[in-house]
Amino acid sequence: MNSIILSTGAKIVVAILLVFSVFMLLRGHNAPGGGFIGGLIGASGFVLYTIACGTTEARVALRLKPETIAIIGLGIALLAGLSAAFFGEPLFTGQWLILGGGEDGKGLPLSTVLAFDIGVYLVVMGAILALVFALEEEI
Amino acid sequence: MAHETEHPESWRSPAGILPPLIAAVLFGLFLQAVPEISGGGTLRFALPWVPSLGTELAFLIDGLSLTFALLISGIGVLVMLFAARYMAGHPQHGRFSLYLTSFMMAMLGLVLADDLISLFVFWELTTLTSYLLIGFTHTSAEARRAALQALLVTGTGGLAMLAGFLVIGSVTGTTELSAIRAQGDILRASPLYLPILVLILAGAFTKSAQVPFHFWLPNAMAAPTPVSAYLHSATMVKGGVYLLARFWPSLSGTDAWFWSLMIAGGVTTVFASIISMRQTDLKQTLAYTTLMALGALVLFLAAPNPYAVTAAVTFLVIHSFYKAALFLVIGCVDHACGTRDARRLGGLWRAMPLTALAAALAAASMAGLPPFLGFIGKELLYKGALDTGVPETFTAFIFAASALMFAVAGIVALKPFWGSAANMPDLNRPLREAPWQMLAGPLVLGALGLFFGLQPALLQHVVVDPTVAAVSGMADYAKELHLWAGVNTALYLSGATYLVGLVLYLVHVPLRSALDGLGKRLMSFDRLWDGVLAGLRSLAGGVTAILQSGDLNRYLLTVFAVIAAGLGLTALRSGFDLGPISFGDVEIKYIAIFLLALLGTALAVATRSRIAAIAGLGAVGIGVALVFLLFGAPDLAITQLLVEMLVVVLFAVAALRLPLLDQKSVRFRPLHAALATFVGGLVTAILLAATSRPLDLRLTEFFEKASYPEAHGRNVVNVILVDFRAFDTFGEISVVTVAALAAVALLRQRRGGDRT
Amino acid sequence: MEVLLPLTVGCLVAAAIYLMLSGHLLRFLFGLTLISNGINLLIFASGRLSGGRPPLVPEGAKAPLGEVANALPQALVLTAIVIGFGLFAFSLVLAMRAWSDLGTLDLAEMRGAETQADTDA
Repeated sequence: MNSIILSTGAKIVVAILLVFSVFMLLRGHNAPGGGFIGGLIGASGFVLYTIACGTTEARVALRLKPETIAIIGLGIALLAGLSAAFFGEPLFTGQWLILGGGEDGKGLPLSTVLAFDIGVYLVVMGAILALVFALEEEI
Repeated sequence: MAHETEHPESWRSPAGILPPLIAAVLFGLFLQAVPEISGGGTLRFALPWVPSLGTELAFLIDGLSLTFALLISGIGVLVMLFAARYMAGHPQHGRFSLYLTSFMMAMLGLVLADDLISLFVFWELTTLTSYLLIGFTHTSAEARRAALQALLVTGTGGLAMLAGFLVIGSVTGTTELSAIRAQGDILRASPLYLPILVLILAGAFTKSAQVPFHFWLPNAMAAPTPVSAYLHSATMVKGGVYLLARFWPSLSGTDAWFWSLMIAGGVTTVFASIISMRQTDLKQTLAYTTLMALGALVLFLAAPNPYAVTAAVTFLVIHSFYKAALFLVIGCVDHACGTRDARRLGGLWRAMPLTALAAALAAASMAGLPPFLGFIGKELLYKGALDTGVPETFTAFIFAASALMFAVAGIVALKPFWGSAANMPDLNRPLREAPWQMLAGPLVLGALGLFFGLQPALLQHVVVDPTVAAVSGMADYAKELHLWAGVNTALYLSGATYLVGLVLYLVHVPLRSALDGLGKRLMSFDRLWDGVLAGLRSLAGGVTAILQSGDLNRYLLTVFAVIAAGLGLTALRSGFDLGPISFGDVEIKYIAIFLLALLGTALAVATRSRIAAIAGLGAVGIGVALVFLLFGAPDLAITQLLVEMLVVVLFAVAALRLPLLDQKSVRFRPLHAALATFVGGLVTAILLAATSRPLDLRLTEFFEKASYPEAHGRNVVNVILVDFRAFDTFGEISVVTVAALAAVALLRQRRGGDRT
Repeated sequence: MEVLLPLTVGCLVAAAIYLMLSGHLLRFLFGLTLISNGINLLIFASGRLSGGRPPLVPEGAKAPLGEVANALPQALVLTAIVIGFGLFAFSLVLAMRAWSDLGTLDLAEMRGAETQADTDA
């Protein structure tokens, strides 16, 4: 599909979708969203980009191979789960560090749970893109 | 197997030296236990193994196990020394040594184990190592077949024995052998006694090659000669005898025990005696006399009298000495002459005087000549036979066996060395005496037969008394061993044995051809075995053809039919009611969603256009997403919509390149439609029935209450996914990764062009 | 929806089974998609369809207020949707391989083609 309008528009839409996907990922713990949804949105953005501009450009835009992204995500999720062992708790127990704020919980929460969700995000996005790229390229 | 010409010194490799050294160290260790055991004591070591099941890795040294351990390690030294030279230069000498040493360890474990489960494990280990050793010449189809046959026969028996052990464990409440021996009365009184006996005997009779499980043993002679000497005459095949002796206090003394052992042992003895005369291969001849000896041992364990048990124990030792010696002699002869054919060998004593001497010593013991140990053994056998409830039968069995052993001793030891050399094969090299490593075994073992014949009191004290005490469970149960026991019935019988044996020896050549003709007409167990195996194979083939047709549709039909039957039967049996069906809450938007899903489904089923089908699927997906949205599941709705979009993209990329849906697959199939409707209806009914019942919400309530205070998250669904059930989620994202990588690999494979 | 949803699930499952038995790989894939949807709905509905409010904890509260939807089946179904998608994508790729290697999507013909390929090799 060699439509200039589509390929130019796609770049803008991809950017918006990516930002949106991260937003969905981060807010997921308190509102609808999360790693699965964020990953799907991010992947959709790149799929759109692939349809508009082809896999070569999509790969360049992605920088990393999608397989690598998926594996990195899996590794992050695993480390997030294993890290509980350093605190002497059963594996996959969430660890929390809340910066600022107080009793009302308005501070900035950092947690292994968030890291785990980021891992899920990367796995979903990487896996889908790996598949779509391969399908596009090999057929 | 003349390897020594190329590598005369290669026996001095680790593979040659280590095995006899290990065996010698073990022998020394066991010798140190002799004073303690002869004094009537026992030694026991135990390590916990599976404490929750009460299983331990326990070892017990009593008279019986010490006798076996001494035989295994002692004969082990000699056989392994022999093997070091016999196998020297063989490319797989190292492997052979490993197998043989492993076997020795397993066999020692078997006789020392004081726990049923440990005993079984070691038992199977001897079976496995025996398999490796019989099939050692793995390039030979005959050896492979013999190995597999031995494995299957003894392995099956071993499994039966395990079942027997488990039953014993359930009756006595323990798997400790020492404890079980003390519970003989409980076992004999148990209603499970007969099953136990049958299962244990299945193990013992297959291992010790009793008719009708005997056929694997002569075939096992495909193994190298040291293996035949060690496993298949002196040690492993006596495992079954050991088992019977071990369980003698717990299981013997009943009619069932007496008759089954007597019939099996007696038939084996006579059968093997006759067949052994038929063989021309000296190794085969010896193999059948081993069968005969095993039969005699089983026979004598049948009878609950002191003479019989003493005779069995003594004969066990004697037989191990002379049979191992004779096998090794045959190995020397084979090594020197390249043949083991009884019809061709003759006049070897000039070239091989020491081998001839060893052969003569061993054969004299086998023939039961005074003053050899064999004579004492034979007298004891006769006394034991006369002491049983059915002396005539026993005596007849033993008489036949002894006379034939006399004749076989002549065939094996006399004829090749002192017989006519007219048919000797033409050798291109001078006939030489065997090297010392190979001579040591037969000479020492042959001499031991003479030594203990002259010093029976020593054997009595060290071996016979403690062993008989361990078997019978009673001290002083053993009868005395005498070289000269006075003029009695046993002596007359001995004389008659010599006469008949001599006659048999003199006529053995015509007798052999006569028996050969007879044997060919007899049913062959070996061929029967082949038939059984072929039958099994075709049965397996038939079953596989039915179950694994390779037809995906048939698999699917089976799966759905089983689901339908399972769900349907459960529904019928529990008689479930669907609960009150109300249409009160049906709103117009619900009907719209229902119709959307229904139309989409109908389109996907009925259309022949791919795009229409994909659109139909999309409609269904959107309908499902709307349900999620309406019923408080925004996360699901978003996910569903995104996935639906990606499915459409994938179909667009890929499925449109797949061929059009053809006429054939759209054709109406009434049977499939009926099955599908039935399962669909069941699912509806089950969902209706399930939702009409109260739901256990404890888990949901926990998640709702703990989500914010404990996991700092306000979206309960997400908290469950990434915190409470994070381990599950981790498994799921692993699956997603693997699926993607596998799909990519499948697509990329084409680039390599391995097929097209 | 008390009656309509079970009916929908039943229709989806029935149609899916019918499609999966068609002996054609592409239609099998359609069936696979449908049965995933059907079973997801089944699990979702088993957790009861109570009210329309998502299981969220409002600001300032410690637990959801009032009656909210059951969160547990939602969590199960969410991963099931993603896994179902993975299964679908993998099956699709397999079907494409089958098509390019064997030249047919008919399961009965495919079986013959496979044996053919084995004997050729």
